[in-house]
Amino acid sequence: MKKIKSTWSASLVFVVMMVLVLSGCGNSNNGESAGSSASSSESPSASTSASAAPSPSASASPSAAASGDGIANPRVAFVYIGPPGDGGWTFQHDQGVKYMEKELGIKADTVENVPESADAERIITELAQNHDIIFTTSFGYMDYTLNVAKKFPNVKFEHAGGYKTNDNMATYFGKNWEASYLSGIAAGKMTKKNHLGYVAAFPIPELIYNINAFTLGAQSVNKDVKVDVVWTNTWFDPTTERNAAMSLLDKGADVLMAYQDSPASLQAAAEKGAMAGGNDSDMTRYAPKAYLTNPIWNWGPYYVKKVKALMDGTWTNDQYLGSFTDGMVDIAPIGESVPDDVKKLVEDQKAKFLAGDDNIYSGPILDQSGAEKIPSGKSLTDAEILEMNWFVQGVEGTIPQ
Amino acid sequence: MDTFTQIVIAAISSGTPLLFAALGGILIERSGIIQLGAEGIMLLGAVISCMTFIHTGSLPLALLAVAGISIALGLVHAFMTVTLRANQTVSGLAMTLFGTGLSAYLGKSVAGTPIPGSVPKLDLDFLDGVPFLSDVFGHLNVLTWFSFALVVVLHLFIHRTSWGLHLRAIGDNPATADVMGIRVQTFRYGYVIAGTILIGLAGADMLLAYSPTWTEGMTAGRGWIAVALIIFARWNPVRALLCAYFFGAMDTIGFKIQLIGSEIPSYFLKMIPYVVTILVLMYLGWRSRNKLSGTPQSLGLPYIREQRF
Repeated sequence: MKKIKSTWSASLVFVVMMVLVLSGCGNSNNGESAGSSASSSESPSASTSASAAPSPSASASPSAAASGDGIANPRVAFVYIGPPGDGGWTFQHDQGVKYMEKELGIKADTVENVPESADAERIITELAQNHDIIFTTSFGYMDYTLNVAKKFPNVKFEHAGGYKTNDNMATYFGKNWEASYLSGIAAGKMTKKNHLGYVAAFPIPELIYNINAFTLGAQSVNKDVKVDVVWTNTWFDPTTERNAAMSLLDKGADVLMAYQDSPASLQAAAEKGAMAGGNDSDMTRYAPKAYLTNPIWNWGPYYVKKVKALMDGTWTNDQYLGSFTDGMVDIAPIGESVPDDVKKLVEDQKAKFLAGDDNIYSGPILDQSGAEKIPSGKSLTDAEILEMNWFVQGVEGTIPQ
Repeated sequence: MDTFTQIVIAAISSGTPLLFAALGGILIERSGIIQLGAEGIMLLGAVISCMTFIHTGSLPLALLAVAGISIALGLVHAFMTVTLRANQTVSGLAMTLFGTGLSAYLGKSVAGTPIPGSVPKLDLDFLDGVPFLSDVFGHLNVLTWFSFALVVVLHLFIHRTSWGLHLRAIGDNPATADVMGIRVQTFRYGYVIAGTILIGLAGADMLLAYSPTWTEGMTAGRGWIAVALIIFARWNPVRALLCAYFFGAMDTIGFKIQLIGSEIPSYFLKMIPYVVTILVLMYLGWRSRNKLSGTPQSLGLPYIREQRF
């Protein structure tokens, strides 16, 4: 009797341990799990590609097609920094992937929660062995993508947000500063205290040119407006984001903008009777009354275009910069508390961006110290905007060097 | 409202989830079981409260559901560590991995859906006009008041009752406690489960009162800070309250300093709580270098009756 009992409990332990360990591995966002989900996402790709791949020597050089020849049924992979359920950045990429799958009738493989570390290089390498084109959708994958691209000259790579390319590696991003300018117009009109707040993730050019654009937009309709900036040094941490937002509201800001991945700032503003916008995707549902608007991404058409180019054999390694004109950059529906005349101001400016004939970084523009950074009659080129490292006049905050 | 009041308000609101988790951890570790699963348990508590609240619209039911899942998790941890005497560190880490993964999976259906209400607030009108007190205590929610009460109750329980004496005994020297006739295994089960409920409640508080939408991984490491707070507070509920609010305040003070327009890089400001933690630990360690540290003596050691050490 004793013996039976101990065997029974031992096997129970084993089962419990297995459940714990397996479920832990399957879903957590550490490197191990990213690895296991990478390998699990390879099996469907192997089955879809079995019928499609023209050359059987898939392991060494996946797309045996020389440049100029199309691939009838390309194997496509995407690397995500977060889960598609983040309601922001990765969510929008996932929407783009779904759009592409529907338009072209192919299935793509995706790997979620890939950290921006050496793990990324391992996962991209694994994917490169049996895919024709790989999209890496976060700035931090830049060097890892480049390393793998050099090792797999026959695979095409597309990196979001970076500046390094290779013969088989292209980059893509969009002029989201134009959308930030539009949210600035709405914010400048809606503030009663002429005091805006900006919850900013990291002190990098992407944030700086968006903060500047937001400020310039607000100033275009409200001369006296000032923008307070705080850095959270995180893309995603609802508690920290909320504290940052609360500090801005405590200081007197009554319209906030948050370049973060969670809606925490919007929720904090709603609680305090202020207004706010978020980032990346439409955040109306989190606080409809308090919602302003914010820039959003629409990646689908670009994914269709590049995968189609690969099918036609016309793929190129350009550094693509989308805008309102091609729909990659857009602005979320303006919140219900914003009056129609403000909406019209935003729409009018959007029409100018759509026509593609307005550069918001046209002189004269002063920096924080009052020195003239862009003289009258001059405009910044896209390349200059993408490496901006100074704040315009009206921004209150410092850029850690 | 002056800056100090603002900081106190922020400290209490962001410190409350930490306080719940630290109190739960203290209860568990006082009984001699290491508790490293806080991050996972908090996430599960948050996601379960969110799902129940959205599907039933009832806050009490949501809290009951959190208690339910926490009891289940507590039972598993107690079974592993007390009955099977498995490695307590590994069991706790497994709990964190398990909770992180399962909460992400369960949360997919409610991600991005705001909860249909909020935790009721206790409006103390008689405080109106009293400068500092009305701002800080005038409109706190009931969970925060519950956490205040819990600190007092746990403090009295641990230090002033015979049950508390038993709790300390099974954490310090289970063999002696056993000889005294205290059922070590039963009590450890009870305290692990009770403590896990409090940690689950920490996650629920974070979601219901602080950041009212489920987002995957929303605790963002707060569970680990709670684990550190247990040690920082040296297993004492009142000190846990002070430490939790200290960390809560530090979350805000960094931003306040940025907004004054100081030239200190924000990266340094973000390090403040951790640097202060190290300094305080060093100071306390130095001051009490010849005394007992307050660590339950048998923390992490499984109790096996009649085994000699």
